[in-house]
Amino acid sequence: MEQRQPQQVNGRVEPNARPSFSAVWTPSFIIALLIIFLLAVTSLFTGVYELGRQTNDFDMFWITRVPRTLALMLTGAAMAMAGLVMQLITQNRLVEPTTTGTIEWAGLGLLTVYLLVPAPTLMMRMTGAIIFAFIGTMVFFWFLRSVKLRSSLIVPIIGLMLGAVISAISTFLGLFFRASQALEGWFVGSFASIQIGRYEYLWIIIGVTICIFFLANRLTVVGLGEDIATSLGINYNRLMMVATGLIALSVGIVATVIGNLPFLGLIVPNLVSMIRGDDLRSNLPWVCVIGMGTILVSDLISRTIIQPFELPVSLILGTVGAAVFIIILLRQRRRGGVR
Amino acid sequence: MIKLDQVKKSYSDHVQIGPLQLELPKAGLTALIGPNGAGKSTTLMMIGRLLHLDEGHIQVAGLDVSSTKSKDLAKIITILRQENHFVTRLTVRQLVGFGRFPYSKGRLTPEDEAITSKYIDFLDLTQLEHRYLDELSGGQRQRAYVAMVLCQETEYVLLDEPLNNLDIARSVQMMGYLRHVADVFGRTIVTVLHDINFAAKYSDHICAMKDGQVAAFGTVKEIMVAETLSDIFETPLEIIDGPYGPIAVY
Repeated sequence: MEQRQPQQVNGRVEPNARPSFSAVWTPSFIIALLIIFLLAVTSLFTGVYELGRQTNDFDMFWITRVPRTLALMLTGAAMAMAGLVMQLITQNRLVEPTTTGTIEWAGLGLLTVYLLVPAPTLMMRMTGAIIFAFIGTMVFFWFLRSVKLRSSLIVPIIGLMLGAVISAISTFLGLFFRASQALEGWFVGSFASIQIGRYEYLWIIIGVTICIFFLANRLTVVGLGEDIATSLGINYNRLMMVATGLIALSVGIVATVIGNLPFLGLIVPNLVSMIRGDDLRSNLPWVCVIGMGTILVSDLISRTIIQPFELPVSLILGTVGAAVFIIILLRQRRRGGVR
Repeated sequence: MIKLDQVKKSYSDHVQIGPLQLELPKAGLTALIGPNGAGKSTTLMMIGRLLHLDEGHIQVAGLDVSSTKSKDLAKIITILRQENHFVTRLTVRQLVGFGRFPYSKGRLTPEDEAITSKYIDFLDLTQLEHRYLDELSGGQRQRAYVAMVLCQETEYVLLDEPLNNLDIARSVQMMGYLRHVADVFGRTIVTVLHDINFAAKYSDHICAMKDGQVAAFGTVKEIMVAETLSDIFETPLEIIDGPYGPIAVY
């Protein structure tokens, strides 16, 4: 073998000349932030109620418009992040809270609380949703690990089936105990009812984001597989538990406050991965921002397309998401990724 | 030194590995050979703490692999298994840099960056360092993963069939790299190899396994004996003297 001269190896060690990771504060990221800001402003001034005519405008603005826009942004970031983390720890690009049954479990948790407690508070419902989302996601992950599936396509199919079973149980329980009105408005996620006093728990998502940011490098390593992660000294099982907990927290909160939001966790991380790769720490801000942007746009469409009425935002997300799902499949197929 | 003491792993009543009693020397390159299902990969995974042992003890550099903290072991031993079907979209440089994880937890210091560069250059990946892994050929990707485990700078490097999916030229190149790592960098390499002749040409010691047991262990000369190998592989084969040492003909 050709022996390399040591000075040749040591000749180019200046780290800045060959950076490993891309910087976060690039001009394009600042432009993206600006776009999000403009979208948020547009969102604030969109609606049937016209601002600037009545005297109680200011109240109206603070009671419904501001909470709605904030809720949208927090939810968008939460679902996109949950999807991203799930994709890394399952090593499957088609996995996200609605293709693993996580959100259906959260729904079952909500209903269970309604059945056990006569008039549950938001906090109680949320706790139920988070616990059930955690259990459900663990069941799914446990299943994936014990079956060791070779095909990346089977994974979301199993998740969707599991979700369908859970949602059937919820529907049955709802009908049987005449509590189906509790589930109404849950199956279709919508921001129409968001107002002050009904969205504040979403702020917990900021805490989840910070935790994910601290775990970012570990989660990227876990994306390389259990063996490589263990060999690099990561406690795989503990990290899986923590990550699942964080996913359940964000999904549970969103499920309680907003409802079912399909495919957001699928569209955004895949888009970011295609452009920027899978390094979680430098991608996380992008995933949050694009998550916010996607849901702001979807919500704007849902509010304006049939004005003065409103479509549930999950309808728009479902349509766009299904298209993206197919695009990912086709892309992976071209690269020989789907087996 | 890697020491296996009465190591056992059972999958069922019929399939059992061990009891294994083995000492793998420090420094140099040791090849694990044997027919399919002999327990080579299982043994390697147990040493690399990817599989729990049912009985016995494994010591690496005096540390018990079952009881030592994984993050401490990550600075002493590393293991690379055959390629995973999911390909993360990291660049080659990012992947190799994660080899520094046990030291820097992912926040690369200038020193880590320099070490990363060293192994990227060593494995001739310099031109590819900013390419994503899913844009590389199988052989290039394999080299990137090897660069990552070397970048971990552990005394012991375990490799499970590093020549899998590589053509002859790439295999020869890879074994050349590994030889260099053992000789110049002074690391201990234990690798599962399928091709006896590659093992004979490039390794210092050979450990032959059969039916979950160590069938033979010794230097290349001691193992490259027609009767021994015919018996292990249950195929008549002969050993002839080639220009670079003994060659098995079958």
